[in-house]
Amino acid sequence: MALLKLAWQSLRNRASSAVLTLVAVAVSVALFLGVEKVREGVRSSFESTISDTDLIVGARSGQVNLLLYTVFRLGNATANVSWEAYQEIATRPEIEWTVPMSLGDSHRGYRVLGTSGEYFVRYKYGGGRELAFQAGAPFADIYEAVIGAEVAEALGYTLGQEIVLTHGLGGVGDSSDHKDRPFTVVGILKRTGTPVDRTIHVSLEAITAIHVGWESGVRNPAAVEAARRLEESGVEFDFTPRDITAFLVGLKPEQRRAILNVRYQINTGRGEALQAIVPGEALRELWQVTGIVETALVAVSGFVIVVGLVSILVSILTSLNERRREMAILRAVGAGPGHVFFLLLLEAAILALVGALLGWALVYGLLNLLAPWIAATYGVVLQGLSPGLFDLYVIGVVTLAGIVMGLWPAVRAYRASLADGMTVKV
Amino acid sequence: MKVPAAVEFESVRFGWTTDRVLLDVPSFRVGQGERLFLRGASGSGKSTLLSLITGVLQPQDGTIRLFGEDVTRLPTAARDRLRADRIGVIFQMFNLLPFLSLTGNVMLAGQFSARRRKQAEGGAEAEARRLLERLGLAGDMLKRPVRDLSVGQQQRVAVARALFGSPDLVIADEPTSALDTLARDRFISLLVDETTRTGATLIFVSHDPGLAGHFDRAVDMAEINTAHAQAEAL
Repeated sequence: MALLKLAWQSLRNRASSAVLTLVAVAVSVALFLGVEKVREGVRSSFESTISDTDLIVGARSGQVNLLLYTVFRLGNATANVSWEAYQEIATRPEIEWTVPMSLGDSHRGYRVLGTSGEYFVRYKYGGGRELAFQAGAPFADIYEAVIGAEVAEALGYTLGQEIVLTHGLGGVGDSSDHKDRPFTVVGILKRTGTPVDRTIHVSLEAITAIHVGWESGVRNPAAVEAARRLEESGVEFDFTPRDITAFLVGLKPEQRRAILNVRYQINTGRGEALQAIVPGEALRELWQVTGIVETALVAVSGFVIVVGLVSILVSILTSLNERRREMAILRAVGAGPGHVFFLLLLEAAILALVGALLGWALVYGLLNLLAPWIAATYGVVLQGLSPGLFDLYVIGVVTLAGIVMGLWPAVRAYRASLADGMTVKV
Repeated sequence: MKVPAAVEFESVRFGWTTDRVLLDVPSFRVGQGERLFLRGASGSGKSTLLSLITGVLQPQDGTIRLFGEDVTRLPTAARDRLRADRIGVIFQMFNLLPFLSLTGNVMLAGQFSARRRKQAEGGAEAEARRLLERLGLAGDMLKRPVRDLSVGQQQRVAVARALFGSPDLVIADEPTSALDTLARDRFISLLVDETTRTGATLIFVSHDPGLAGHFDRAVDMAEINTAHAQAEAL
């Protein structure tokens, strides 16, 4: 205890050097833990985004791509699924439910999802949790919208808010807006921690309706005006979509064992080039792809920790010569060479432990501070941002490694104290 | 009646290598409670002698007894403990650890000795304060960083540390070389008075023969270290 106190007081006496060392260790530990926490958070977030969905079906492109654009609203579909193909699969006897998805439009940076009312019943996340409304109800009319919690919060929208959707993912000015057909917010979903929070949901028919006059991919003013006049004159349009982006599939409970068979049939069908994926499998493939980058990141951040630990070695080693008098005084009052040895080891341990704890606090502070921004900017809701056993393990290993780093200066001080005794003339 | 010995050397030889003896002391004795002045020129082996007394160094041959105990037979840890328990040391300069307070520096003497902590009157903190006050360091002075103290004040703190927990032997290694004449005389009087009060044996080392009058007995290193005498003769 006395040595610990002495080690602490000695470090305080060299505050500037000690603080720099602590910063180096703290930043390196924060980087390592940060990489790990972001990796875990992203995985946890992705894995809890969808559940109880047996298959996702879209145009043939690659299962990771299909998973990313349907569930995580990342990237775009390479092709669509025709309405007929969708109907054909949806009516198969093994299938209990389907949820069609039509993506491609946006509102102030948030993706718009055209879907059916079934979406609010069938879509599950976080191990079977259902979507719930904090206000309002699902859309019942064609120009009604249900918004995610984050959209409502970020844009300050409440029920009754009128919104205009933008063709594509936005940003090309007024000419891309579907101004002629504004929507009214009729429902706000409770927060889910998934991309649902950042989505504006409208009916499939609404997606078709707002694209009347946009068949060539850009607005044709004459066609839009003609459609508007017809609509005003009471002509009823059939807004059944010609195609959709993808759809979610739930099999009948007794057919769950046939999931691979259904997938095989869809994937090898002679008609449209469709692809059915099992979400869990696609996620595993995604982790395989990202695993290489993750390993590289963890390795780099691990090396940064080593650099941080080397700063402990440098800090103590460079102070040794000027501290020979200190050692001599300690020897005079009865400290043995072993005490001197352990004093330096304790200093290394304190620097490593305090540095690691500071790094730990830094990483949680920063991640919790930045999590909303990461979610808003990158669409990734980091989850599991609470301390765990892994953190204790990292702090323990860093402290032990710090002690190992302290061995060299400790041995040098031990030898110097044997040679100097009490007779250093500095 | 002969006073029991505090320090006793018998045929002690020391050198860093076996072929070059730096210290050869056939016989050397300091009685308990004695105040000995040990003078000698630079390189005469004063510091080596003190390191042997305190057990920091081990002789190649011979016997060193400290209060009757043969320290040459003790393992390193036991010698360290003996030094912590029974010896107080004052250096020439830079006696204090700058990161400790005045009382912290004084109590440092008890950090490695349960015996000295136990012998501290009224507890370690109270003993440190009492000693410092006796040496004229009291009040706000105790809160000041030690680096703000004058050399004379630092030496008084060093005396307080050497006397903490009533050690049996106080060794002062050229403690007055940085002091002017007035401060030097005051310092020696203080040290002699305090060791007389506690009954501690005092070995005061200096190259200045003019200080001998303050002590019971004066010994020249050349008289006891035959290796140095032989080297000079050559």
